[in-house]
Amino acid sequence: MTPTTSLPADLFPLRAGRVHEVTGPAAAAFALIQCHRGARVEGAAMLWVRPSWNAAIAFPQGLAALIAPERLLIAETAQETDTLAVAEEALKDGSLPFVLIQTTRPLNLREGRRLQLAAQAGGTTGLCLTPQDMGSNAAQTRWHCAPVFSAEDSTLMLWELKKNKSGTSGAWHVRWNWQAHRLDVVSPASLRPGGPDLPG
Amino acid sequence: MALILRQNNAQRLYGLNAEAETLGLRPGMTLPEARAYCPDLILRDADLAADRRLLVALQRWSMRYCPWVGFDGDDGLVLDITGSAGLAGGEAAMLADMQARAAQAGLSLRTGLADTRGAAWALARFAPGIAAPGQGAQALAPLPVAALRLPSDQVTGLQRLGLRRIGDLAVTPRGPLARRFGRGVLDQLDRALGHLPDPVSGQAPPAPLAVRLTLPEPIGLVSDVMAGLERLRERLCALLRARDLGARALVLGLRRVDGAGCELPLHLAAPMRDPARILPLFARTVEGVDAGFGIDQMRLEAVRVEPLAPLQIGSSAAGADRLDALLTRIGSRIGLDNIRRFRPLDSHIPEKSFALVPAASGPAPAPDPAPIRPDRPLTLFPPEPVVARGSTPPLRFRWRGMALTTARASGPERIAPEWWAEDDLGRGLRDYWKVETRQGRRLWMFHTPQRPGWFVQGEFL
Repeated sequence: MTPTTSLPADLFPLRAGRVHEVTGPAAAAFALIQCHRGARVEGAAMLWVRPSWNAAIAFPQGLAALIAPERLLIAETAQETDTLAVAEEALKDGSLPFVLIQTTRPLNLREGRRLQLAAQAGGTTGLCLTPQDMGSNAAQTRWHCAPVFSAEDSTLMLWELKKNKSGTSGAWHVRWNWQAHRLDVVSPASLRPGGPDLPG
Repeated sequence: MALILRQNNAQRLYGLNAEAETLGLRPGMTLPEARAYCPDLILRDADLAADRRLLVALQRWSMRYCPWVGFDGDDGLVLDITGSAGLAGGEAAMLADMQARAAQAGLSLRTGLADTRGAAWALARFAPGIAAPGQGAQALAPLPVAALRLPSDQVTGLQRLGLRRIGDLAVTPRGPLARRFGRGVLDQLDRALGHLPDPVSGQAPPAPLAVRLTLPEPIGLVSDVMAGLERLRERLCALLRARDLGARALVLGLRRVDGAGCELPLHLAAPMRDPARILPLFARTVEGVDAGFGIDQMRLEAVRVEPLAPLQIGSSAAGADRLDALLTRIGSRIGLDNIRRFRPLDSHIPEKSFALVPAASGPAPAPDPAPIRPDRPLTLFPPEPVVARGSTPPLRFRWRGMALTTARASGPERIAPEWWAEDDLGRGLRDYWKVETRQGRRLWMFHTPQRPGWFVQGEFL
């Protein structure tokens, strides 16, 4: 399995000054890999806005592979309005390069648009972690991420671009390269049925 | 009437009024004992904090007589009136004035005045009055030894020897006394008689970090309030700068013309004293104020301060400042304690190996050079039980309503419970496995051999 292609440069890293969306079982992995890229560029803190009742949380020992845990700030909110208010404030300010927003219900157009405008004002990348089928129409891109089993690799994922406001959609098989600390895109050719390295 | 205080599970009398004292009650009595003396005793709880506040207020008031006023225990003040008595018309006139003014406020004072602090203490408590200059020893001689500020066991010891009065003690040979009671007794005696120094530490109470603005005409517009606030914060910041302090919590008090008022708290993510940055942080709370018929007084107080050394202006500091200001704004909405960051804890149990601590509670921790562990999951959740048997991962199982098939499993990694701490799950040893399912999910599962069961606790990258 040789990394041959890469994700299109206009999609990845996610465009700054916009709010994106990700869903699916590997959404957290997608989001934290974005954090990793942001961390490398800016060297600043990241903010994760999450509802306080959600017991599932990033595990610092595993998180260390992507970003240093002490650089992740976590804002715990009691209700969805607070989540959105905090996210808007952080996006608008621009002192954090990356804001991760964990939402629990579909955002209406007004809320999505407000986040979008805030991100634009601050030049910040926003990423909403949404439950399945609860996206907002205002999102710049919408991704669906799922882990894929592969016989010789333990980090293979399928990233599908479901919606793209300024371009085409697509799907990529990616894997995390532990040695190089980077994301490798698995050549689509090698994934074709009958190819040498069919995952699964 | 008496005040009671709970000490070591017993309610004891703490303070008494004059009538109760004449009935034979005394402080330190237990409540049942006192009731036996006086069945219709009126009882109230003592409020030590309020007592202390009164004492601090009295200390400030006492500065009208002399500049050097210190506290003496929890119930006394000591005034060093050297050179000040003449201003009040002599020592006796000063004490009389003190008594008269305190009586106006409803307080009764016991005053003693002598050459030394120890002698004045003894006089105030045992024989209120004035000892003429140089007459301290004579004035003290008839007083009981307890007037020397001695611990009660030493007082009892002295009384057993027949030394009941200070005069007796003063003429006793010093050698045997020191051998028997140590130096403490003699030192106290010498202090009272002026042979040893006994300074009064007159600490001025720190002036409160607060500024006030009283307006001739009531105001009601948000912009007017902000303009007033701008004047206040400049003065407050000057106060803070003079003392090298930074505010962590501010309170803006607004008083309305009709007497009602409100207090707007502001908690800051980092100590701050830059006037330009404090103002916008108040904007959100000020907008929510009901001004009624107008506000005619504003008061800005720094209720919590931290040392803040002058900083050199630089680009890196500016970035951190912006982040702090952002966290303050977010904190004013969801509470500053709800902005957290990870802190590693010393434990092998996964869910106890880290804590989420308020990010504003301290500086960012140093980067942790821990090695990257591909055998640790990216997300962690409370263990979710899975129906399965055996000590190796089940071939098929259901989790969160999904039917999953194990394709590859690596493990086990045994993590033993901490015997010194409570085991939250109550299942003892855990054997952790990384289970990769054919459906794609990569789960961190563990088996508990002591009480067989399978759980899912995390998901891998």
